[in-house]
Amino acid sequence: MKQMAQKKISSSPVSNTLPKAATGIQGLDEITGGGLPRGRSTLISGGAGSGKTLFGLEFLVRGATQFNEPGVFISFEESIPDLAKNVASLGFDLDRLVAEKKLFVDHVSIARSELGETGEYDLEGLFIRIADAIERVGARRVVLDTLETLFGELPSPGIVRAEIRRLFDWLKQKGLTSIITAERDQPDKLTRHGIEEFVSDCVILLDHRIREEISTRRLRIVKYRGSTHGTNEYPFLIDDQGISVLPISSLGLNHDAPDERVSSGISRLDGMLGGKGFYRGSSILASGTAGTGKTTIAACFVDAACRRGERALFFAFEESPEQILRNMRSIGIDLEPWVKKGLLQFHAARPTYGGIEQVLLLTHKGITSFKPSVVVVDPVTNLLMVSTQNEVRSMLTRLVDFLKTQGITSIFTSLTAAGALEASEADVSSLMDTWLLLKNIEVGGERNRALYVLKSRGMEHSNQIREFVLTDDGLRLLDVYLGAEGVLTGSARVSQEMREKAVVTFQRQELETQRRELERKRRIFEARMVMLRAEFEAEEEIIQQTISESELLGEEVVQDRGQMVLSRQADSSSYKKEGRAKVAPVR
Amino acid sequence: MVWNLRLYVAGQTPKSIRAFANLKAMCEEHLKGRYQIEVIDLRKNPQLARGDQIVAIPTLVRRLPLPLRTIVGDLSNSMLLLVGLDLRKVG
Repeated sequence: MKQMAQKKISSSPVSNTLPKAATGIQGLDEITGGGLPRGRSTLISGGAGSGKTLFGLEFLVRGATQFNEPGVFISFEESIPDLAKNVASLGFDLDRLVAEKKLFVDHVSIARSELGETGEYDLEGLFIRIADAIERVGARRVVLDTLETLFGELPSPGIVRAEIRRLFDWLKQKGLTSIITAERDQPDKLTRHGIEEFVSDCVILLDHRIREEISTRRLRIVKYRGSTHGTNEYPFLIDDQGISVLPISSLGLNHDAPDERVSSGISRLDGMLGGKGFYRGSSILASGTAGTGKTTIAACFVDAACRRGERALFFAFEESPEQILRNMRSIGIDLEPWVKKGLLQFHAARPTYGGIEQVLLLTHKGITSFKPSVVVVDPVTNLLMVSTQNEVRSMLTRLVDFLKTQGITSIFTSLTAAGALEASEADVSSLMDTWLLLKNIEVGGERNRALYVLKSRGMEHSNQIREFVLTDDGLRLLDVYLGAEGVLTGSARVSQEMREKAVVTFQRQELETQRRELERKRRIFEARMVMLRAEFEAEEEIIQQTISESELLGEEVVQDRGQMVLSRQADSSSYKKEGRAKVAPVR
Repeated sequence: MVWNLRLYVAGQTPKSIRAFANLKAMCEEHLKGRYQIEVIDLRKNPQLARGDQIVAIPTLVRRLPLPLRTIVGDLSNSMLLLVGLDLRKVG
């Protein structure tokens, strides 16, 4: 983390209007645009235990070790052995730096009880001490911690005040980048004795507050003459590597967007995401009410990543690793081999333990040391317990940016209250590239899981709701039945499917019956045809016979009639036409 | 018993010269023949400021007799000087 921050500092353009001295303090140089004003004094004000002394010391230690600028620390409160002991826990070896002449520490202690005052004096003795210390190490940086103690130790506040003013001018004249710390005991004043009026260049306020039993540290740049600076209150933390200020988005939006896709571990889900799964380096939100299978989705993804031989880091803020392993095993996802192979690491902690800064630090540290390609934060909503929505959002922004610059694909699960699912997530979801919504659908006295892709940036994705079934051998996504009453899942879906099947079978049987009926009719028809033909033929024969008989009979009649005419001597002209005349020509 | 007094100054400033003169006058009056004044110029020996925890200039330190007494200022208020050195009770 520290290495990265340093790279960042060296690559960031230094303002050409006001020269700045990089502090090397994680995050601070980003919000100040490069560090503290070079060759000028900065006032660090804060209440007791707000980290002023440490701020000053880290400024010097990093100056000496990273920027080759030796420093002088003038302590008005703590003794030198105490100081060394206090910062040793932060990984700073004060004694070594002193031995290497990179740092000079002086402890100014005046016991008021021994002191009398008879007339005018000045602080030339202090000036000489500081000047001597500066000369010994060739210092470019000076820290005076806490200068205002002089007011309590020396008589005539008027003289002290005037001399402090002279001291500031003197430091400036010498071109030293200096930090003067001051105790703040009243909320409406920056310093106890108002010395901020002498420091016109830069004022930084440190604050340590307890809210709802959780301690948070804040830093705010009250004033920075001639420079733009972040004006927010920035959370910061003190850990074994010193101070880390957490700017909302220190890394910016300049990360790559790889085209590579990675499988979600659930083939149907990949199918819903354009057939290829998530983009590598994207951030995925899996949100849903209790018991909808958020952790399972994450576990599937982790399992798939480990199968590809990639490393995965699982931040469990709700369950212990053992519990997750056991629960996943019950649905056929065995993550234990991956843990044993060293491909999967769990970091389990309740976020309430150390506050949001601690959580962010934990995640950053885990990621930088383990270098995973997949990260799971389960669930992100547990962070809300320790902080406000705003802080969680700023922390997440930073985390997401960080993960993206590292090309790490991340799944964040989010527990939502039943009801306004989409609205409550609006804050977090805008940071995410893909949003899977898990839902319980209540139909026919059952709760069944359903999943759909609410959004997925930069890819085609299905608009369908899928039923999400946890079985002994893993997770399956099924089509849901879309009926008149809406989406049907679970046994309602099953019964609907059976009903459909029954209808189809019935129709098939019906068809078969009809086909047989038709066949039967055809056969009847054909049989009838044969019969009819036979009848017809029989009839025809009879009729033919009749016809020929009748013809014979007709001829006989005409002959008979002709003979009758002859015999009666009738006019026979009416018979000429019939051609019977030749038979019986009447002339 | 010989008093051992040390006066810290920073160069020949008017305040330093005034302080030395005031101290000398006081000693001559109250400790004649049994005092010893050591003037330390911090401009010449800056490291001594650290050893004796000197911040203000001029500073007078009574090294002997013990306990150690420290008085800052140009010693122009002789009354306060005597009180500070335990040479006279207050009031």
